[in-house]
Amino acid sequence: MIDQTLLAKPDEGQRRRKNASAFFLYAFLIFLALIFICPLILLILTAFKSTREIFMNPFGLPASWSFKTFVRVWQKAHFNIYFFNSILVTLISLALLLFTSTLSAYALARFKFRLNNFLFMLFLAGIMIPIRLGILPLFILMNELGLLDSRWSLILTYAASGMPMSVFILTGFLKTIPLELSEAAKVDGCSEFGILYRIMLPLIRPALATVTIVNFVPWWNDFFFPLLFIKSEKLKTIPLGMSIFFGQYTTDWGMLFAGMVMASLPLLLLYIFMSKQFISGLTSGAVKG
Amino acid sequence: MNKWLKNHIYLLFLLPGLLLYGAFMVYPLLSALVYSLFSWDGLVRGGFSGLANFKTVLTGVAYKERFWGAFLHNCLFFIITFGLQTTIGLYLAVKLSRKRPGMEFFQTVYFTPYTLSMVVVGYLWLQLLNPTWGALTQGLRMVGLSGWVHPWLGQKSTALITVILVNFWRWIGFPILVFKAGLMGIPVEMNEAAIVDGANRAQIFRYVTLPLLIPTITMVTILTFIWDFNAFDLVFVMQGSSGNPHYATDLLATLFYRTAFGDSTTGGAAGEIGIASAIAVLMFIIIGVASYFGIKQMQKKEVVY
Repeated sequence: MIDQTLLAKPDEGQRRRKNASAFFLYAFLIFLALIFICPLILLILTAFKSTREIFMNPFGLPASWSFKTFVRVWQKAHFNIYFFNSILVTLISLALLLFTSTLSAYALARFKFRLNNFLFMLFLAGIMIPIRLGILPLFILMNELGLLDSRWSLILTYAASGMPMSVFILTGFLKTIPLELSEAAKVDGCSEFGILYRIMLPLIRPALATVTIVNFVPWWNDFFFPLLFIKSEKLKTIPLGMSIFFGQYTTDWGMLFAGMVMASLPLLLLYIFMSKQFISGLTSGAVKG
Repeated sequence: MNKWLKNHIYLLFLLPGLLLYGAFMVYPLLSALVYSLFSWDGLVRGGFSGLANFKTVLTGVAYKERFWGAFLHNCLFFIITFGLQTTIGLYLAVKLSRKRPGMEFFQTVYFTPYTLSMVVVGYLWLQLLNPTWGALTQGLRMVGLSGWVHPWLGQKSTALITVILVNFWRWIGFPILVFKAGLMGIPVEMNEAAIVDGANRAQIFRYVTLPLLIPTITMVTILTFIWDFNAFDLVFVMQGSSGNPHYATDLLATLFYRTAFGDSTTGGAAGEIGIASAIAVLMFIIIGVASYFGIKQMQKKEVVY
């Protein structure tokens, strides 16, 4: 009897301490979560409110859930054009990057030649050097090529700046695929391009997905290069178009917030529905980098 | 010829990538070095001028103050971000990597702002922090803390730290994510062995987990450094290309932008290409030196058990 109480006491205390620390941990985590999520909830709620409502009732639910403002942003503020441009630029950049980096990575991973290591290091060096530092020569080069104020200026810049990380990821991945696979195909009369296309491509799909996610997010959100390269209204991407739009509608808060929601929605939805792929893609890109 | 090509088929594979990478990345980055050594008249290159552009940036009357001011701001940007992410961020990563209910949810929430464009983040916080009708202002007033309301972005003493914290709000999900991935990569046997040896939780973290996590922390630190010394969008969107108020939030990248493309706020003369290139090269050197020592450090500290 006495023994039992002696044994139970520290257990009880320990459990209580454990419970208390778990309580404080969750309180802290929830508090932080509110800091992250409240501005976003406010962003969405405000998009449905009139300017008067925003002033009178900043934190409550909107009086009506009308999508009128969104329609106005889409049509009047040219968001339809910006979306089209962002999608086009991001997709073509991705296609170009996946094409060039897969071919390069295949050469570096599968062939022995004198400059192999040098070229791999040349690509690798680019991981640490932001392309923004070369913006002036790049700007003049685009000017000379007549590509300023065209979507190609963005596409070529994005695809080139994505090369280092992509070549690195893909080369690493390709090296893990057993040589016997391609040798068997070669015996069967498959060409090098055939091996890459028919045998390697299906196998490196996870790496291609990583490359896509690593690049998709910064390109979609990029503001710097459109700011410098694009002047025509009909060629602007979402972040650049939005910054213009903010200047025009500084007092129409409903419009402003609706614009922000629409600009953020594609990536947010993608993230919410594919957060696993998103997270694993981004971490593998960073950790290997 | 056909046989030669067959033996060198890899050249065909390499060609598109090398063309793209060479023309639009290697060439511009190397040219920036060359540009900085010449005097420029608008877009026309003049004579070789040695290190004159660097001298102007580092000691010239018009640039000296701006350059060192911006450099200091970038340093603060990095130091504060680094300090917060390797304490709070690491703590959260450790907690989130334990098997407890809800951890995935919190992870997802903390990472959400990272998917937003800097333009949206900048404008959103510009609205929230507005000293007359911003939501944060109104919220503070509602709970009777109107004394806490300040024009955070408008006064010199608080503008930079506010921008840094807004950036941190968007960024922190990323270091947490990578730290967590690093923690998950540590074999369970390591911890078990330490427990058998009688180590407590703090000791396990200090002597087992932390040493194994140093490479990941260093990697994230290098990435943070590169990113913070290139920061541009947030200041441009929130504080304008001059880093208002009165250059209090000016960064190397905004200084570079003004020098190269003109000051949108004053409509000043555009295109000091030589001087702007010198600023870019100095940024390049800062980033290069820091990454070099960071990687060195990482290789030295890498523990092999």
